[in-house]
Amino acid sequence: MGIRTLVAMLAASLAVIAVLATQATYRLFLPGLLQGAVLTIEIAVLGSLLAVVMGVLAALARMYGPAPLRWLATVYVEIFRGTSALVQLFWLFFVLPQFGVTLDAFLVAVLALGLNVGAYGSECVRGAIQSVARGQWEAGTALNMSRSQMLRRIILPQAFIAMIPPWGNLFIELLKSTALVSLITLTDLAFKAQQMNQNTFKTIPIFTLVLLMYLAMSLTVSIGMRLLEKRASLGLARGRAA
Amino acid sequence: MIWDWGFTLEILPVLAHAAIVSIEATLLGFVIAATLGMVLAVIRIAVPWTAWTISVLVELIRSTPLLIQIFFIYFVFPKFGLVLDAFTAGVIAIGIHYAAYCSEVYRAGFDNIHRGQWEASIALNLSSWTTFRDIIIPQAIPPIVPALGNYLVALFKETPLLSAIAVLELMQTAKIIGSETFRYTEPITLVGLFFLAMSLVSAALIRALERLLNQRNAR
Repeated sequence: MGIRTLVAMLAASLAVIAVLATQATYRLFLPGLLQGAVLTIEIAVLGSLLAVVMGVLAALARMYGPAPLRWLATVYVEIFRGTSALVQLFWLFFVLPQFGVTLDAFLVAVLALGLNVGAYGSECVRGAIQSVARGQWEAGTALNMSRSQMLRRIILPQAFIAMIPPWGNLFIELLKSTALVSLITLTDLAFKAQQMNQNTFKTIPIFTLVLLMYLAMSLTVSIGMRLLEKRASLGLARGRAA
Repeated sequence: MIWDWGFTLEILPVLAHAAIVSIEATLLGFVIAATLGMVLAVIRIAVPWTAWTISVLVELIRSTPLLIQIFFIYFVFPKFGLVLDAFTAGVIAIGIHYAAYCSEVYRAGFDNIHRGQWEASIALNLSSWTTFRDIIIPQAIPPIVPALGNYLVALFKETPLLSAIAVLELMQTAKIIGSETFRYTEPITLVGLFFLAMSLVSAALIRALERLLNQRNAR
């Protein structure tokens, strides 16, 4: 889907929200839902940061780390990809306290979602690093660079561009998963919706607004990642043309 | 005592029973996803003017959380006179959500079919339905089976969301056990281990299947 269509869809969804907000029934719910959306965005941003850090670390550990580190990273990736995000969230929220570690719900949300998406992310970091042409490594060797120098200066900058689209998808997955934190009592967008629904039974306006708000947030991420991709690949395109 | 083996053995049969509900939801959901996804992908190609509408629809479904879609179907549909029980509503929501993902997989499969195959069937005066059924689909499906398999596993891992509308699948059962006994460690860990085991096994199966299909294609 082209970036123009995405921008058009974002504009359309914001316009629909604006039009609906002129109606009394809808206007009633908007402030509360926006409040929830702020928490949703906070969790999504912090979770994404953690996911990127974990994804890069796990991928590097699995590819270049010493054996124990490699196993540790593999176990991490398999466990977090093999169980569902909700189970991980519940485990951290309900089970961890029984081992004497009590975390606050917000921290649990960021940790669970960040670790979950980071495990998927490590695979796309690995794929991107492997997609860099072998000749680039060989050129680095010819220049007598150390492996970490080659990684830092030659391989990762090129792998970075290949990573942008899959990470974009993962950020959207993470944003969507934030709805799960409503089930561990955080008052995010999904929680506000449920709460308002139980109090007023105005189901249609509430869930329509919520869907539109999530849509607008996801589309913003998509558009942002497309722009980043365009910018990041500028240098590469120039290099190829020369 | 952090882990109680006696308690574990006691709740194991209850969880095993609930696992059947999770698996049922997975299979029914996947049947909807695979069929509806195929329908969307075929309509998109057969009726060109729908292409844009369908891709916007797919984008809409993929951009909003499954949990909210489950709530939407469970709470909003009754307002239009369509009352669904929790299990049905959940399965339909999961099915529609994954249909959006599957339709993209099918589309990639169809795109990989050589143009000449279409031209040949036009030359043979085959209807577009016959072309799909006898020429395109048999060639398009085998290479995308592993991708569909991955979505089957992903769908299975989403079934705990049904606990949010009180379907008695694994997660809901574990939560109930936890709230009755104040012991969450064993039930939730067991649910996690069950999903881990299932997804490791299915990942191995998908890899084997992929190898098998590649061999056949190479031959």
